[in-house]
Amino acid sequence: MKRLLKIYLDKPELAGIVLLIILIAVFQVTSRGFLLSYDNLRGVLGLLPEMGMVAMGVTILMIAGEFDISVGSVFALAPMVMAITNNMGVPFVPAVLLGLLAAAGIGATNGMITLRFGIPSFITTLGMLFIARSITVVISGGFPPLLSADIPGWIFTQYIGLIRMSMFWFAGLAVILAITLSLMNLGNWIKATGGQIDAANAMGIPTSRVKMFCFVLCSMLAGFAGIVQVLRLGSPLPSLGEGLELQAVAAAVIGGTSLFGGIGTVVGAIVGALLIRVIDNGLVLSRVDANWFKFAIGSLLILAVIGNTWLRRQSRRIKLET
Amino acid sequence: MGQLLQFDGASMDDSKTTAPAADKTPVIELRNVSKTFGEVRSLSGIDFKVYPGEIVGLLGDNGAGKSTLVKTVMGYHRPDAGGEIFFKGKPIRDWSVNRARSLGIETVYQERALAEKQPIWRNMFMGREPRTKWGLLDVKRMKSESARLMTEHMGFTSAAVHPDNTVMTMSGGEKQGVAITRALYFDAELVILDEPTMGLSLTETKKTLDFVGNIKKAGKSAIFIDHNIFHVYPVVDRLYVLDRGKVAGVYTKSQITMEDLIDRLYRVARTGSLEEAKPA
Ligand SMILES: Nc1ncnc2c1ncn2[C@@H]1O[C@H](COP(=O)(O)OP(=O)(O)OP(=O)(O)O)[C@@H](O)[C@H]1O
Ligand SMILES: [Mg+2]
Repeated sequence: MKRLLKIYLDKPELAGIVLLIILIAVFQVTSRGFLLSYDNLRGVLGLLPEMGMVAMGVTILMIAGEFDISVGSVFALAPMVMAITNNMGVPFVPAVLLGLLAAAGIGATNGMITLRFGIPSFITTLGMLFIARSITVVISGGFPPLLSADIPGWIFTQYIGLIRMSMFWFAGLAVILAITLSLMNLGNWIKATGGQIDAANAMGIPTSRVKMFCFVLCSMLAGFAGIVQVLRLGSPLPSLGEGLELQAVAAAVIGGTSLFGGIGTVVGAIVGALLIRVIDNGLVLSRVDANWFKFAIGSLLILAVIGNTWLRRQSRRIKLET
Repeated sequence: MGQLLQFDGASMDDSKTTAPAADKTPVIELRNVSKTFGEVRSLSGIDFKVYPGEIVGLLGDNGAGKSTLVKTVMGYHRPDAGGEIFFKGKPIRDWSVNRARSLGIETVYQERALAEKQPIWRNMFMGREPRTKWGLLDVKRMKSESARLMTEHMGFTSAAVHPDNTVMTMSGGEKQGVAITRALYFDAELVILDEPTMGLSLTETKKTLDFVGNIKKAGKSAIFIDHNIFHVYPVVDRLYVLDRGKVAGVYTKSQITMEDLIDRLYRVARTGSLEEAKPA
């Protein structure tokens, strides 16, 4: 019993799941049954992968003790690079890889600057938020290029019944990342690096390389998510993903990621992203003025952090015995 | 391992050339090692040896350079140019924490080297996680081994040792126990203990000192730093006294009584020299 309680308290993402279920029940009523209808679920689940992937990257980087708020800009830059190179004659797959490479480059730059100069990654990536956005607008030439009609965008956008193809990519990545984080030594290193960097260094963990990896991973996930969204929309708007960085951080935190590093899960990131999507959708369906959306997310964010802090304190009082 | 090392030959005030068991190669040897941090010279021209099966004590005032010295030994700091490190007689250039650990040098830090937010089982194997044939962490083994090691080696009562407990929830002594157990588990050749008894209760201090004794019984070496000479003297074979980054004296225990040593330490603190103060 004590054990179950502790497991529950130690996993803030479970609290998020409980909250999610409650919200779904409430919105199901207020939307007069439309929330869980086939058409609406299709819509909500179709959009989830895009934000979910960004949230996973941000979460893992936060566990490693760093921030990335340039993800919204990378989200726009990667598909822009893909579209432009594709229009210049580069085939689809290499063009996608070029887009991802651009994202990786931004992540590596974030990491290098942060680690080399020992400055807060919040500042580095705030700078990068502007820089990457500016590059996106400049290379777009001011108006969004159209995607050529013959690219196989369906590998991300095609619906199979209830589910879009992008969901499979998302789920696959989520499983790989969740396993990495909890069952690979790299995951152990990421947690130790973010939680207690001196201890990690002393045990011979290559903390700089661990952080570098997380910066690049975070950027690439954001870039990939952007590419998926652009293939869905058909055109890479230079303004894509504005404000996404804050939603991604919110999703991570709502899902139980600590702002001080060392604590967080992939499942938490997904639950956080799902909560945000459900609130967005549920408010619309309930005919609440759309301007309340940010109010709701803001309140949820603050409450989640208060709640998680409290849960963690309770958990610490419970000691397991063998 | 009943046979202890016999130290003889070196005279008491011959501070630089004490060579116990001169026929043996030191496990670790530093030659002319200096370490500068910007303006601060923490170590200057240190010559230092630890022989197999030997417990070496490091004494010295706050800021004397004890921690810097052991951090250099365990690869955390790189010595300034001109300094050399030898492991079992071989000069080693690419000295790093990983290199040192792979050669069997383990540390129990002054600042406790545990990831506080993680459970014990993740800490116990940090940096050298055992893996299954699939390449995944062998979580089952990590947990059961952690529990076993903690009870067997540290005599922990059951409450503290559940491998799922977060380190943050443990007492200072318990945390030190995890760090010491970890060093022991990795079958260290040389265990470095930097003030392992800091902030510990009497009984937990006793446990730690017993552990230092166990290192010797197992035929391994240790470097032991502690401000309390009553902790250091009984367990060591040889003592280095550091003063402002320099070796001020090396003593074989059989050649100096605790009283004499205390006298000399006072003298270092007062005059900066171990020898009788010259009339001004
Ligand atoms: N990373 C560092 N950067 C700059 N100066 C340092 C660093 N590490 C140690 N020092 C300096 O080197 C000197 C020796 O420090 P050290 O920690 O080795 O002393 P110590 O003998 O272990 O002292 P204590 O008994 O208080 O632990 C001090 O003046 C300290 O400020
Ligand atoms: Mg010290």
